Amino acid sequence: MPRTSRHARDVAVVAFAQSDHLRRTDELSEVEMVMPVLHQVLAQTGLKAGEIGFTCSGSSDYLAGRAFSFTMTLDGVGAWPPISESHVEMDGAWALYEAWVKIQTGEADTALVYSYGKSSPGPVRDVLTRQLDPYYLAPLWPDSVALAALQAQALIDAGETDEAALAAIGARSRACAESNPHAQLSGAVPQGDYQVRPLRTGDCPPIGDGAAAVILAAGDTARRLCARPAWITGIDHRIEAHSLGLRDLTDSPSTRLAAERAGVFDAPVDTAELHAPFSSQEVVLRKALGIGAGDVEGQAVAVNPSGGPLAANPIMAAGLIRIGEAAARIHRGQSDRAVAHATSGPCLQQNLVAVLEGDPA
Amino acid sequence: MTAPASPPEVLRAPLVVEFPFTRSLGPVQSAFLTGLREGLVLGIKTSDGTVMVPPVEYDPRTAEELRELVEVAPTGTVTTWAWNDRPRPNQPLDTPFAWVLVRLDGADTALLHALDAPGPEAVRTGMRVRVRWAAERSGAITDIACFEPHDGTGTGRAEPHDGVFAEPVTGIVAQARLDYTYSPGRAQTAYINGLSERKTIGERCPSCHKVYVPPRGACPTCGVATTDQVEVGPAGTVTTYCIVNIKARNLDIEVPYVYAHIALDGAGLALHGRIGGIPYDQVRMGLRVEPVWTEGGRFPDHYRPTGEPDADYDAYKELI
Repeated sequence: MPRTSRHARDVAVVAFAQSDHLRRTDELSEVEMVMPVLHQVLAQTGLKAGEIGFTCSGSSDYLAGRAFSFTMTLDGVGAWPPISESHVEMDGAWALYEAWVKIQTGEADTALVYSYGKSSPGPVRDVLTRQLDPYYLAPLWPDSVALAALQAQALIDAGETDEAALAAIGARSRACAESNPHAQLSGAVPQGDYQVRPLRTGDCPPIGDGAAAVILAAGDTARRLCARPAWITGIDHRIEAHSLGLRDLTDSPSTRLAAERAGVFDAPVDTAELHAPFSSQEVVLRKALGIGAGDVEGQAVAVNPSGGPLAANPIMAAGLIRIGEAAARIHRGQSDRAVAHATSGPCLQQNLVAVLEGDPA
Repeated sequence: MTAPASPPEVLRAPLVVEFPFTRSLGPVQSAFLTGLREGLVLGIKTSDGTVMVPPVEYDPRTAEELRELVEVAPTGTVTTWAWNDRPRPNQPLDTPFAWVLVRLDGADTALLHALDAPGPEAVRTGMRVRVRWAAERSGAITDIACFEPHDGTGTGRAEPHDGVFAEPVTGIVAQARLDYTYSPGRAQTAYINGLSERKTIGERCPSCHKVYVPPRGACPTCGVATTDQVEVGPAGTVTTYCIVNIKARNLDIEVPYVYAHIALDGAGLALHGRIGGIPYDQVRMGLRVEPVWTEGGRFPDHYRPTGEPDADYDAYKELI
């Protein structure tokens, strides 16, 4: 049993798979990119697509540049005969939340959650401006790096970080990624020039294509499918005011609130997979989650041991990957209690926090 | 044993997505954007006295409806900034500039815009700036061309304003254009390349053996990759059809005409096309048809009767 169950049903991540994240995948359509990942995650559990109770996916038409693009990848699931299926136009972490709710209602015992994004076809910095308020912000085309840079400068002005500390976050992430065969960037990567000052290339996530998939299962089904299930003992997501000028960009009260509701602060965690696409955002998230700065080695909390989004940031999948990586560490016995975080929108506007726990040895 | 042919180069093409969303403004956004057109900046006051610029219609803390407009100064203070050395298309300035959040004098929240400054050395948090108005203003956030450095203090006063203007702006057209490079992937590249030789290429599912046309690389029933390429057609059978009586704009086809599902010989599902060469009221299920190509056409222009006897219903009933 999970140590701190607080929900109607015990639900666990029982399998996780992801693609190799690459700068471009022109030779693959979306379904051709997603399908191998779906096959891998199903193979881990021995389940067939038709045996899954609920399927939920996350992606964005704006990345693909066409409407209803997610319907194409349904072919990779085997959606005929009809399946119980849903889609969120968000990161797959929110698809996982919907699937978790579906299992809590008792309408399903298992769920397949997948998400993917191909950023290579379009100018992703400009594409992401279309998610902004269309009256006051979008007509100015402030790109995703620019908005993150405003947040970074606010942190520097507040004395919470400096450019050297930010560079160290990028370097640590890419060093960790050396043990992650799926990462897009790993090892020593030059910090590079300013993209939008104070953020340099090394502070920004790589642009790339990728996919991920997770299988959720309840109770005894989870135990049957996985030797050490990663129980989701808490999960919550919160949002902040849309207008950046209304927010304190140096803090993330929505992350803190989601973490409280998910039970992060009830007991220590040993792993944190944080969806901080920009180095400066890790500073904000550490503060919100009460995780101290410093090296991973010799530190109680391993932060982004997978390399995190600074090593691979396939948009729409990177948040689900955080949950998957945290769960995989529990599956492997490397973690007993992990926090996973996903974000969406500019400057950490929306935040999802999950606590994952393994059964005591 | 022969070496496998190297796969053809994956196709690529420009894909332009343009959308002119027409958006209506509520009373607050209308007053704010009309104010910009008239050269003044309006904010909104909450019940605790906070002044928000740009104004919102509902208090983000209490969800209380907000309607108390106030006029604030066109001068203010930078609360944070970011130096943009390489402006991107459509951004406010095409020379290097700073993105800034500016708290206008009299306001308690900050507005995002561009600051025209000679270089990053000339920008700092806390610096004083003022609005530079666009020469021509229409009632949009871009009526503020940008901010510029300003020596001087502000009054910090927010004066009540009734928000009433002659000919208020009630809507905006939010123009956007995004330029993509579209790649259809391996399976659809093979299909499109086949069409250039006037062949229709499907792919067979290794599990259920159904042949998909056009192929997308996966069998939606089995959820596995379809890799076995199969040429289908050229002839096929009309499985069902409809008669179109409304002429689409820019379409050079006389109505009524018939649009049909056509199961090409050897295909596991029907694709669709127009039926020509036969009066519209003589098209029927089971009619045998073949593609008609026009000079330079990249796909069949339409399908016409082959003159063969109609197909038996049993031969195509699974494909309807």
